[in-house]
Amino acid sequence: MSGDAILKVRDLKRDYVIKGGIFTKPRILSAVKGVSFDVERGTTLAVVGESGCGKSTLARILTMIDPATAGTVEIDGQPIDIAKYGVSREMRQKVQIVFQNPYGSLNPRQKIGAVLEEPLLLNTDMPAAERRDAALAMLQKVGLKPEHYGRYPHMFSGGQRQRIAIARSIMLKPKLLVLDEPVSALDLSVQAQILNLLADLQEEFNLTYVFISHDLSVVRYIADKVMVMYFGEAVEYGTRDEVFDNPRHSYTKTLFAATPRADVNSIKARLAKRAA
Amino acid sequence: MPLLEIRNLVVEFDTAAGPFRALDGVDYTVDAGEVLAIVGESGSGKSVAMLAVMGLLPDTATITADRMAFEGRDLATLSPKDRRQVIGKDISMIFQEPIASLNPCFTVGFQIGEVLKTHTRLSGSERAARVIELLKAVGIPEPERRLSSFPHQMSGGQCQRVMIAMAIACSPKLLIADEPTTALDVTIQKQILDLLLKLQAESGMGLIMITHDMGVVAETADRVVVQYQGRQMEEADVLSLFESPKHPYTKALLSALPENATGDRLPTVGDFRALFETAPKEATA
Repeated sequence: MSGDAILKVRDLKRDYVIKGGIFTKPRILSAVKGVSFDVERGTTLAVVGESGCGKSTLARILTMIDPATAGTVEIDGQPIDIAKYGVSREMRQKVQIVFQNPYGSLNPRQKIGAVLEEPLLLNTDMPAAERRDAALAMLQKVGLKPEHYGRYPHMFSGGQRQRIAIARSIMLKPKLLVLDEPVSALDLSVQAQILNLLADLQEEFNLTYVFISHDLSVVRYIADKVMVMYFGEAVEYGTRDEVFDNPRHSYTKTLFAATPRADVNSIKARLAKRAA
Repeated sequence: MPLLEIRNLVVEFDTAAGPFRALDGVDYTVDAGEVLAIVGESGSGKSVAMLAVMGLLPDTATITADRMAFEGRDLATLSPKDRRQVIGKDISMIFQEPIASLNPCFTVGFQIGEVLKTHTRLSGSERAARVIELLKAVGIPEPERRLSSFPHQMSGGQCQRVMIAMAIACSPKLLIADEPTTALDVTIQKQILDLLLKLQAESGMGLIMITHDMGVVAETADRVVVQYQGRQMEEADVLSLFESPKHPYTKALLSALPENATGDRLPTVGDFRALFETAPKEATA
């Protein structure tokens, strides 16, 4: 399936300039230092790493919020360079993002109906009645009810809000969805519901996900391919089974070793060590 | 005699819509040298119980318990003065957000010293020496230089180490850690958990870990209490909890772990709800 890559990234770099004072020179911080990968249509690439490894910068570049310093990004066959050409309405419709914090990513003064209709209002010429129908249909699709249309975000739980954020992101029928830690702030059982919802939506709309996470058990569950980032570099990149069964880079091994394991054998081993 | 013994603890909050019962008759016992994990999702009352022990709940909360004793002394009838001598000294607590729990206006050296000033009779120079010793114990490099750092100059993991240093400053008999690693990266989480367990093993204190993460439970606990919506679902030692969970809710929680996924879909707690909403605690014990 490698011929059908919806997202092609080659040697992507992003530098931030940190302003110096009167006497100090400005410093350059390289957040992403040359990353290359492909994502095939309808599959999930998981990007794993700790805070500060550049995974959110990568998300910002892919969603065309930030320009890249160097390298190329190609989405659905179209090269992207927002520093030179800006972003067209059409490109905006292809990529959408879901953020980590469902409490911070919804406007508290906007009703859910308006939240869902806004992308259509801004990016399409759809008449109001059709926008409303689309929003109501989407509410059902993500497991909410039509009566939620007129409610405000504070009336929803964290899991419901994340459903709303996901609904908003697929209103424009995007091809590529960037999910920046979408389940990190959620309880275990709610996390399971959201992961199920994402799997359903992927199947229904043939969506491609770039799933950013630090939780390896979630990654192992959802990903087709995995990329591990460490200080702006991709230290490991391969299919899920390659990466999990045979991690090559020492950082990946550290990461696996640090992840708490909830299986009976590791508990037995720990208790034996403790008793000794 | 257990270190901490709580029987039938009920906590109610006054709200505009009438009293809200956050905790409905829970029991905990912790012995010296034991690690108890309280696990549950948000709204399960896991933090409220420990805040009640610490006396940190707001005035709108009504706390009733058949017994709430620390080393045999009844916490409910202690005078505020006696209570202050126990809380912070013999029982101390670490919170989830290390950066938010430290005062941004004072250096970390001052903040750790403050604990010692309140609870011990050490002189100024003895306190300074003890602070350095504590920072060393929690694994902060160059403690002498770090004394004069402000919280914003340290990383989240280092701030959590400072919080732990403050909590263990007076060699407490019981340490309560409320989601101590939730805000941290996994590699840092591993370091902090290892540190807590090492300190616990060295000093033989009791440790209560409040968490929602089954992985953390598996890596730290001796005994586990599972809570759901203010009620205790199951209490078991860690191995039997993971090996053969008795309560349907525990089973649901464990099967919702992505690493335990068997089919295409993750079972959610909702799939099991009908089973345990009606199941009384006794039926599963």
